[in-house]
Parts: sequence; C-alpha cells; structure tokens
Amino acid sequence: MLRPTFGRRPSEGGGRGPRGAGGRREEAVAGWLLALPFVVVFLVFSLWPMLWSLFMSFTDMTNRDLRSPFNVEFIGFDNFVTVLSSGQFLRGIVNTLVIVVVGVPATIVLGLLLAVALNNGIQRAKPLFRTIYYVPVVTTVVAIAVVWKFLFADQGVFNAVLATVGVDGRPWLTDTFWALPTIILLIVWRSFGFIMVLFLAGLQAIPQDLYDAARVDGASAPRRLFSITVPLLMPTILLAMVLQTVSFLEIFEEPFVTTQGGPLNSTATMSMLVYEFFGFGAYGEAAAASYVLFAIIGLLSLVQFRVLRSRT
Amino acid sequence: MTLTSTRPAAAPTTPEPRRRRRRGSERGRAWRALLYVVLSIGAIVTCSPLLWTLVSAFKPTGQILRSESFWPDPVTLDNFRFLIENPEFPRYFLNSVVVSTSIVVANLLLASAVGYALAKLRFPGRRAVFVAVLLTFMIPAMVLFVPRFVTIAQLGLANTYAGMILPFVVTPISVFIMRQFISQLPDELLEAARIDGAGEIRIFARVFLPLCGPALATVGILTFVTSWNALLWNLVVAQRTDMYTLPVALTVMSQNEGMTNYGALLAGSLVTFAPIVVLFLFFQRYFVSGIATTGIK
Repeated sequence: MLRPTFGRRPSEGGGRGPRGAGGRREEAVAGWLLALPFVVVFLVFSLWPMLWSLFMSFTDMTNRDLRSPFNVEFIGFDNFVTVLSSGQFLRGIVNTLVIVVVGVPATIVLGLLLAVALNNGIQRAKPLFRTIYYVPVVTTVVAIAVVWKFLFADQGVFNAVLATVGVDGRPWLTDTFWALPTIILLIVWRSFGFIMVLFLAGLQAIPQDLYDAARVDGASAPRRLFSITVPLLMPTILLAMVLQTVSFLEIFEEPFVTTQGGPLNSTATMSMLVYEFFGFGAYGEAAAASYVLFAIIGLLSLVQFRVLRSRT
Repeated sequence: MTLTSTRPAAAPTTPEPRRRRRRGSERGRAWRALLYVVLSIGAIVTCSPLLWTLVSAFKPTGQILRSESFWPDPVTLDNFRFLIENPEFPRYFLNSVVVSTSIVVANLLLASAVGYALAKLRFPGRRAVFVAVLLTFMIPAMVLFVPRFVTIAQLGLANTYAGMILPFVVTPISVFIMRQFISQLPDELLEAARIDGAGEIRIFARVFLPLCGPALATVGILTFVTSWNALLWNLVVAQRTDMYTLPVALTVMSQNEGMTNYGALLAGSLVTFAPIVVLFLFFQRYFVSGIATTGIK
C-alpha cells in the first residue's frame, strides 16, 4: 500500500493518532480496494444484466442477435402479451401457486412438530435426529430428483410397498393428477429439515418457566403447543413462511428433472417456462417472463412482509 | 404426502388425560418411548431414498425396478465401472470439482475483503455497497439467468470455466456472513494496529483475517455445497458436453429416453450426492451456523 504523503490535505478536525487525516484517506482507499471485486461483480453480473433484461423484454431479441445486440426492434409490450396469454405460462402460474399453497404449510407444520418433538425430553438423541432430518437439505436436488423417478415409477419401490399393504399403485409421475403431488412430496422432503433447524433456534428463546407454570396449571401437551409455543414462535413462523414462499415460487429443478413439466404441462412451473422461452432462443420473451416472475415474487413477499409486520 | 405426514402427526394427538394430573414418571417414560418410535420411523422414511440409492447402485440394472429383494444379489460394481470407463464421466466429476473449488477459494478471499471493509472501514459509498449486497440477495436466480447468459456470451465466456465461475466469485451470502462476524471483533484491534503503523490492507490480512476461522469455514462449506449442487446456471453456460458438471450430466442423462442403463444413472446420483452428505456429517456445525447468522440455506 502506498502511504499518502503528509500535509497534502488540511487536517480535518485535528485528526486522531499519529497519521491524522492521512490515515483517514488511506482508510477510504483501502475500503474501496477491498470492496472493488464485489462491486465489479455486482455491476457486471447483477445490475447490468437486470437493466439489460428490462431492455430485452421490450425487444424482439433472439439468440441470433447475440453478436449485434443493439440491432433489435422495439416491440413495446408484445412480449408481455405473448407470455401472459400463453396457456402454458398461465398453467405454470397455477401449478407454482399450488406448490406454494400446499408445500409451504406442509413444510412448516412438519418442521414445527419435529422441532417441538426434538426439544421435549429427548436431550440425548436430539443431535442425532437433527442431523438425520437435515441430510435432505444438503443433498444434491438433481441427484434425488433422478432417484425420485425410480422410486415413483410404475414398477418402482413405492408401488411395491403399497402392494404389500394391498393398495393399488399407479404411475405417479406420468399421471396428470398425481405428478404434481409427487413432486411436492420431493420439495417438502428436501425443505422441512431447514425449517426444523430454524424453529429449533427459535425455541431456545422461549423461557422454560412458561412451560413449567403451564404444567403446574394442568395444561395438556397440545394446549401448551397452541397456547405457548406457537404464539411465541410466530415471528419465526412468519420468517419461515416468507423464505419458503420465495424459494417455492422459483421451483425449477424438481419438475425439470423428474417430469420436464409433463404430462401435459401438469407439473410445469413459472421458472420452467422462463427456461423454455430461453431454450427456444426467444430471449425477449424469456426476459419478459422472468420479469413477470419477479413481479409475482416481489408482490407476494411484500404482502407477507406486511402481514409479518402487523402481526409482530 | 402419505408417507411423511403420518409420522409427527401422531405426536401431539397422543391421548392424554386433561384434568387429572397423574404425574407419575411411568407416563413420562411411555410418552418418551412413543416419541422415540415415531421419530425413528420418521428418520428411516426420511433417509430411505438415500439408502435405497446406496444399495441399488450395487445391483445389476435389471434388478433395480421390480426387484425381489432390498439387498443386491449379486453385489456388482458394473454400474461404477460403466461410469469410469465412459470417457466423459470422469470429466464431469473434474468439472464439478474445478468449478466448486474455484468458487470456494474466490469467496474466501473476496467475501472476507468486502465483509471487512463493510464492517470496519469508513469510506464514501459504503452504504451503497451494502445496499448492493442486499439487492443481489433479493434478485431471484430465475430472473437473472437470461440476461446474465447474454452478458457471458458477449464476453466470449460461454462453455468456459470462467463463465461458470465468475458470477459467483463473491456471493451476497458469503459477504453477509463475513460482515456479521467481523463486526463482532473489537475495534481496538484496528486502532492498536494503526498506532503500530501497519498499513490498512496489512491490518486486514494479518490482524483480522486470522481471527475469522469459523466464519471462513461456514462460507467455504456453504459455497461449496451450493455450487456443487447447482444446476441452472451450469446447464445454461455449459452447452458442450465436455463442460458438463455432475448435476448437468445427470439431468441430461435422465431426460434421455434412450438411456436405459438405470444402474449407471443411480451410481451417478450416488457419486454426486455422497461427497456432500459426507461433508455434512463431518462439518455439520458450520452448516447450522450459516442458518443462524443469515436465516438462509
């Protein structure tokens, strides 16, 4: 590092320590130097693409325009009209909302019950169970999605298990009704451990005295759950809701690998359709679709933050 | 739904006399035993997809679907042999290793630098930089990948390691974790080092960085897991098969209708997720501390 020469700038307010204002300037230079890589990456790979994408969404840009990106026509809102009037995209919105509406509560209820169970009276085995339940969260989604195809195949293990209890199986992932629930099961499977750990952390903040007092008063276990745990955990529950909703609105890998959106678009999600427009080389439409997705995510998180603020 | 939802639901609905407070340890013990049973069944169900893969990867392909027994009979290494002899597969593994480790090393260096600057240094525009961190947090990957790809393609980086690595060399989560950790270190360290006449960059590298062990471990592990598991970006950038990472290769293989070597597919899945699961089992406290500081996976 170059030491700035002394006395070049008038000292501001007397300075502190031996280097005074010179030190302050050196601090600013160092701050920028250390922050520079992040700033460059932010400008090149986040800010610029976001603005570029907004521009693209109003043009007829395709993959053939990569070499001369400014040689495109402005077509106003045509891309948004195309996207929003595409039956496929609307189906994608509906499917994604189903995933959120079913998946988020399922994940949160499961995570909450497990956290409460682990927090009550099984101190010694708690770390073991926490580890096991957390494994799906770190496991490569794509690899498990491949496995899911085998587990829920017509001749797969799941149907074999059902057969032993006398239930007729079905080809889960190729059935227009059952494919989406089968994928939601995968999504819940790989998410509840995260929520459980979030709740375990939240539970540590609830004083044990409350439970002791409730027990003395004769409150039953379900009563203690609904009158103490759930209300005091509400901030964490709402945080979990927001986090899960945002991540489920973006669901891509699970349906993409297992069903590719089929059969008959019954598992296509918003993200998959953005990818599809992109894959066809229709960059303008893909950009428009991604902004629609962004708007939906933004809107829903805003609503949830409002709720969160009014409830806590 | 069916399998997972039945298990913890049993916990709170256990019959329990409401008024009569018969506190005997007998009931407590029965209750605990039931909890253990329910949690154990849940644990087995949760792990069953992974265990099934582990076992089935050693079965002959013909036995994987509609198999008579859970255990492989005979145990075979054919599936793994197929992968290794396939000239492309070792390359996929190598690509995954190169991309993930580069992203990890870059994040350790760059995220600690900007995290330190945000936590300890005063410089004009610091707030703007922090806002940039938060903004990148909030932009969904799905929204970014189309224009990001256009940028990468124009820079001539499609189908290159650089194209797969550069957008993630300093992720907002890493910056956040480093900033949180460094702000908790005492300012006195900085002042003392300045009085000793150390340069600013030197103070960061020699005084603060050595104290950041736990945060660096968290950042390293989180970024490794994220980039090892990532699909979308690599799927977009790596269009030539020799640039595929493991998740991309698995996706392409499993979507190929003609791919009937189920054994190889399962062995490939196992090879992909096993390193991460092992890493998790050894370093799990860093996984959890990542959640504690950011609230994000």
